[in-house]
Amino acid sequence: MNMPQNEELQQAEAAEYESLVKQVNPKPTYIKNSLWAFVIGGLICMTGQIITNNLIKSGMEVKAAGSITSVTLIFLAALFTGLGLYDELAKRAGAGTIVPITGFANAIVASAMEFKREGYIFGVGAKIFAVAGPTLVFGFVISVIIGLIKVIAG
Amino acid sequence: MSAKKRGLQTVYFLNPPALVSWASFVGPKEGEGPWGDSFDVKLDNYLLGKKTWEQAESKLLQDTVTMAMSKKGWSIDEAEVLLAGDLLNQTASANFAARLLKIPFLGLYGACSTMAESLILGAMLLDGGFYQRVIAATSSHHFSAERQFRFAVEQGVQRTPSAQWTATASGAAVLEAGSPGPKITAATIGKIADMGQTDANNMGAAMAPAAADTIKMHLKDMELAPDYYDLIITGDLGSVGAALLRQFFARDGLVPPPNYSDCGILLYDEKQDVHAGASGCGCSAAMLCGPLLAKMQRGEINKLLFVGTGALMSPTTMFQGESIPGIAHAVAIENI
Repeated sequence: MNMPQNEELQQAEAAEYESLVKQVNPKPTYIKNSLWAFVIGGLICMTGQIITNNLIKSGMEVKAAGSITSVTLIFLAALFTGLGLYDELAKRAGAGTIVPITGFANAIVASAMEFKREGYIFGVGAKIFAVAGPTLVFGFVISVIIGLIKVIAG
Repeated sequence: MSAKKRGLQTVYFLNPPALVSWASFVGPKEGEGPWGDSFDVKLDNYLLGKKTWEQAESKLLQDTVTMAMSKKGWSIDEAEVLLAGDLLNQTASANFAARLLKIPFLGLYGACSTMAESLILGAMLLDGGFYQRVIAATSSHHFSAERQFRFAVEQGVQRTPSAQWTATASGAAVLEAGSPGPKITAATIGKIADMGQTDANNMGAAMAPAAADTIKMHLKDMELAPDYYDLIITGDLGSVGAALLRQFFARDGLVPPPNYSDCGILLYDEKQDVHAGASGCGCSAAMLCGPLLAKMQRGEINKLLFVGTGALMSPTTMFQGESIPGIAHAVAIENI
């Protein structure tokens, strides 16, 4: 048997095994997971809206109210991460807790806590954005693209 | 062929080394599992009075080895060599445990198959006449493994149903030439099997082909019926891997099907929210050096085939698109 045939056979075996694995693999509980994500994600957003509305009612500008709301949510997520509660919630709510700004705060604080044992420079400093880093990088890339579009399109 | 070789992959011990003493430690979660009371020590916290998870795991291994020796009234330097490994980079836990134990040390890495690997090599060293008394040991720690392979402790993530829970556990066995006790009669060294699995959250699927191949080769090399063993137990295939292995048994024509179970399924209760079961070097090590060898001592199991299974996953090569190689080694332990 020459090499290409051998490789083909291997690929066929791998594909066959993959379909067997798919059969055996337990399916995630999509509906339950979606409901959890919807309710918890919704509650996080609602908390943000309540904070914003109250700030505007007390006479704050809309833009400033938005910024303060973000900061408050980030603080709360960091606090709940530190108390060891955020991951318990995220285990069930999945994207509902990861997508909002609170998920970003959790990723940063969790990394900082985990790597504190390697010290402030090689641990916290070097690893704090290990998880959140890609979000920042692609956030910057997208903002540059949008900026360029705005410049070009006037 | 060597007098000690059978078939293609199996070695047969002319003077079968005996397992004379053993000890097992488990973490709090493992202690709550169905076999919790069968382990020597159930820890009440994950740090063992240390500052880092790595130090804690090292202490776990060191204490387990010390206990396996002290059960027979031996001090640690009465063992001639320690064969040990763990999951961490550079097998850090084993290295640091050996630093304090101060006996000759061979560090091993076979991912979660390390306990089987250390038993096989230890038995060979004894049957080869090089040593009289060796220790085989491994450990794993949930949080030291998580931070190296997966996520920070407090990071919010949703685990997939096929994911397994790295056990905080450790097992150590003292092997002697020509002593009474359950004997290591034969061992099959496995080949790497890689069926192209790339999902790091489904280690069972990556390891099942290796386990199937090693078990098949062992039975063939030793010319044994599939039901020769009272129990064939794999290391940490979990529920997904075990289901796949049963399919392989059928495909390979192993009839009657072996009396089969998996340490990864046994270690936790289904209610413990661990998804597909346990994994980690310590899972099979603690199950062997806890409930399984105790059952052999009581004569409830007389012929055991212990199959350590390892997913040789490297986070670096995984991100480069490589698949996960699987390995399995089989150790036949019998009351003879």
